[in-house]
Amino acid sequence: MIRALRAIAGRDLRLALRLGSETMTVLVFFVLTVILFPFGVGPAPETLAKIAPGILWVTALLASMLSLERLFAGDYEDGSLEWLSLAPVPLELVVLSKALAHWLTTGLPLVVMAPVLGVLLHLDPAGTLTMIAAMALGTPALTLIGAIGAALTLGARRGGVLLSLLVLPLYIPVLIFGVSAVDAAIFGLGAGPRLLILGGLALFALALAPFAAAAALRQAIE
Amino acid sequence: MARPVSSFHRFANPGRFMRLAGRLMPWFAAVTVVLMGAGLYFALFDSPADYQQGDSVRIMYVHVPSAWMALFVYVSIAAASAAALIWRHPLADLFAKAASPLGAGFTALALLTGILWGKPAWGDWWVWDARLTSVLVLFFLYLGHIGLMYAFDDAARGAKAAAILALVGVINVPIIKFSVDWWNTLHQPASVIKLSGPTIHPTMLVPLLLLAVGFTFYFLTLVLVRMKSEIVAARIRAMRLAQLGA
Repeated sequence: MIRALRAIAGRDLRLALRLGSETMTVLVFFVLTVILFPFGVGPAPETLAKIAPGILWVTALLASMLSLERLFAGDYEDGSLEWLSLAPVPLELVVLSKALAHWLTTGLPLVVMAPVLGVLLHLDPAGTLTMIAAMALGTPALTLIGAIGAALTLGARRGGVLLSLLVLPLYIPVLIFGVSAVDAAIFGLGAGPRLLILGGLALFALALAPFAAAAALRQAIE
Repeated sequence: MARPVSSFHRFANPGRFMRLAGRLMPWFAAVTVVLMGAGLYFALFDSPADYQQGDSVRIMYVHVPSAWMALFVYVSIAAASAAALIWRHPLADLFAKAASPLGAGFTALALLTGILWGKPAWGDWWVWDARLTSVLVLFFLYLGHIGLMYAFDDAARGAKAAAILALVGVINVPIIKFSVDWWNTLHQPASVIKLSGPTIHPTMLVPLLLLAVGFTFYFLTLVLVRMKSEIVAARIRAMRLAQLGA
């Protein structure tokens, strides 16, 4: 099982490294959108600092959604998904491996980039560590929930718009607790409980999303 | 395997369902008309105006039943989706397909009446109140469900995908509700005026309950109409195909 997970995730990682586009797309989108905000709300440091956690989370969420469409689409179009479904490992594990590779190529760069952009937005330094922790806990949940949406919309007409419509409502809890954890750290309220809930959301998604996404994949390749 | 274990499976036969639905529908429609008529009469003419809100409190008689229906329909769609996925019950898919736009309609009605009520009661059209926000999210869940259902060339594929989505959604509804409550208390504590009191006077409760049951029967009537027309449409398609083949 672990070997299969490593093999599938490794294959996806190699593909991502050689094509190299996904990580760049997500990062460029993240940076560009964040840079637009000072132009939109004005350069006053106190205004920016106040809304920095929200900006970073919302743009990170949109950026991670941007890459979801390709999560299964490539394998679906060239038929490898059918081969993977015939492999002697459960399809749930295939979903998990692909989600892991997806998080490593798109979620992790967001976690690394968020504190850098935080500096640009005058994010209170007291919140930086919590920002990293919250993103590290939240982005896997985003990828896992997104995997359900990506699997459901395989082969759909106007799949991209539909995918955002399906996934965004489910992202709201992660967004709420992600932002509130950073806010709590800045105001000295203690981010612990919020981070724990965020972790709980991630574990919940880890436990359920592979089954839902695998069920969706099965009816897509039927 | 194909042994009909219960009435649950007996009504998997579309012909039998059509006969039963045809017999039930006039009764449901009659109950709807009676309950809604009586409820609306009591609500609009024979119930007191609120001492604070005046006549605008009467919006409640449409608003609250719509909000209840919005949730009730979503849960019933999820239950039907579970039945469709587990037992491959053909009518369950049909029910989900027929009910989802109705549920979205009730949700939109709850939102619109909430906005209309918000202006006189809170002094603002929209407040990011926890309940309003949750209902708004529910509306998007409905839209996603409907969109997914019609997004595929193969209708069966759309029905199955929508069923999975409905189950994922119903697990998430309490989580979303909980986080929105948390978020709301964090961002704007008690800026919202609460309804006049925890108890509600019988003169208001009676029309409210009449309308709630009336709305339920209204939904049942419409769902039967929509399910029947779906079956008829499928038959027409099959006949057209047969004609083409001949």
